[in-house]
Amino acid sequence: MKFSTPGPWLSDDGPETDVVMSCRIRLARNIAGFPFVGRANDAQRREILKVAQQVVLSTPLADGMFWVDLSQSSTRDRQLLMERHLISRHLAEADFPRAVAVSGDETLSIMVNEEDHLRLQVLGPGLDLDRLMVRINEVDDAIESKLDFAFSQRWGYLTACPTNVGAGIRLSVMMHLPGLKLTGEIDRVRRAAKDLHLAVRGYYGEGSESAGDFYQVSNQITLGCSEQDLLAEFRDRILPEIIKYEQHARQMLVERNSTLLDDRIHRAVGILRTARLLGAEEAMKLLSRVRLGVRLRRLPGIELRTINHLLLQIQTAHLQKAVGASLNPDQRREARATLVREALA
Amino acid sequence: MNHPKCDQCDRPAVVHEVTLKNGAKTEIHLCQEHAQEAGVSMPTHQPINTLLTQFVISHSSRTKVKSKSSKACSGCGMTFARFRQTGALGCPDCYDAFEAHLTPLIERAQNGATQHRGKTPNRAGASVDRQLLITQLVKELDQAVGAEQYERAAQLRDRLHELNPGVAGPNPVPEQGQGGPSNS
Repeated sequence: MKFSTPGPWLSDDGPETDVVMSCRIRLARNIAGFPFVGRANDAQRREILKVAQQVVLSTPLADGMFWVDLSQSSTRDRQLLMERHLISRHLAEADFPRAVAVSGDETLSIMVNEEDHLRLQVLGPGLDLDRLMVRINEVDDAIESKLDFAFSQRWGYLTACPTNVGAGIRLSVMMHLPGLKLTGEIDRVRRAAKDLHLAVRGYYGEGSESAGDFYQVSNQITLGCSEQDLLAEFRDRILPEIIKYEQHARQMLVERNSTLLDDRIHRAVGILRTARLLGAEEAMKLLSRVRLGVRLRRLPGIELRTINHLLLQIQTAHLQKAVGASLNPDQRREARATLVREALA
Repeated sequence: MNHPKCDQCDRPAVVHEVTLKNGAKTEIHLCQEHAQEAGVSMPTHQPINTLLTQFVISHSSRTKVKSKSSKACSGCGMTFARFRQTGALGCPDCYDAFEAHLTPLIERAQNGATQHRGKTPNRAGASVDRQLLITQLVKELDQAVGAEQYERAAQLRDRLHELNPGVAGPNPVPEQGQGGPSNS
């Protein structure tokens, strides 16, 4: 894989990118006649891979898609895929036959032998779930035309984990909530999210803490509602509320405490432009502040696109790829600082 | 077996209760009001053919509750206890194998839902068609019983039995002439 340009979902073109950076829809599917991945033996997992590969590469989807056999890839390549949100940590770190098919523009990835046989995923910039829904259904239909999914009339699409059973769909958005963080309301939002049956995770997804002020918000219920209803609820009832709260918090900061706001923003720019050593966590935190500054138009001369790209480039595997060598943690801190200084000069 | 009148008045009897105890049979026939007065449980006002149809369709393995946690799924050997440890089921058959125990868990995790209402695979068309056919046959069976076409009903019942072996075998459709109260 080339990994030369980051996926379009990092662009600043999507709707609502003030608060919603990117969105994703994932479908979990299992092939009928096989045990689930966790219970399958290696021979079965290889068979599942073979079937999946044949099917995916024989549909119109195949056009421009790369098939990556993950047991053959280097650790770094797997990390790159993970940092680009194309595979999950679970898939990257497993040690049995598994693979991913990725579209050339990195907006579609089909994971094979993750927790379920197939995890179909589409990504997009900003808040664009309707378009993604159309696309992922096409992908789902194309694959299903060639093989039988494990499905029951009662439980719907059968998944390894009953928390995914039914529609097997996960709608999620990456949100940038620095306003709510600065006004101290973020914990209230997290608690409210729980009541709304939403999962709130950090930038790196399952099992990660929130780096910077980025939060991945997704639905948890997958049974009892149609996919369209779940989408409508998420898009029309839940997200607008969170977006509104964040925008309100930002507005309050601008109106009532612009000095505090500017101090935070400009300190962040200052450090990013001058530091010689920069850890990943600190970099995320500072970039988050700068992103806020850019969206609030308090930092002319810095583009949103630059910040979005930096968010990817400062990550471990991407950093090492840019430098062209393996780096130990200290070297990474130095390389990261250099990268950021040059980008923001 | 014709008791058109209520035991306590001249109105037509709508509730008929036949009790068999120690070999002795007692019958009660009451009109609506007297039945309510007597506290005799009212049938859920189902027309007779529905009762008969349901009797024909009487449930299969679904009513058997598997109570042991150590019971293994015939598809993959997973036990429910092991599922509780790992959080992941072993194979699609586990959903049937552990239905009794899984259902409350899923209900809790999914905010009370226990029925899929979303997309259906196109190829499951085969099984969906079968389901639709079964529903259609049940409807026709119901109609046949209602029209007292018991031979046709028997044929439909046999077809249903073919499609769904869980369905009760021959017999349940009553003999002609017995249009009276159901003892089910």
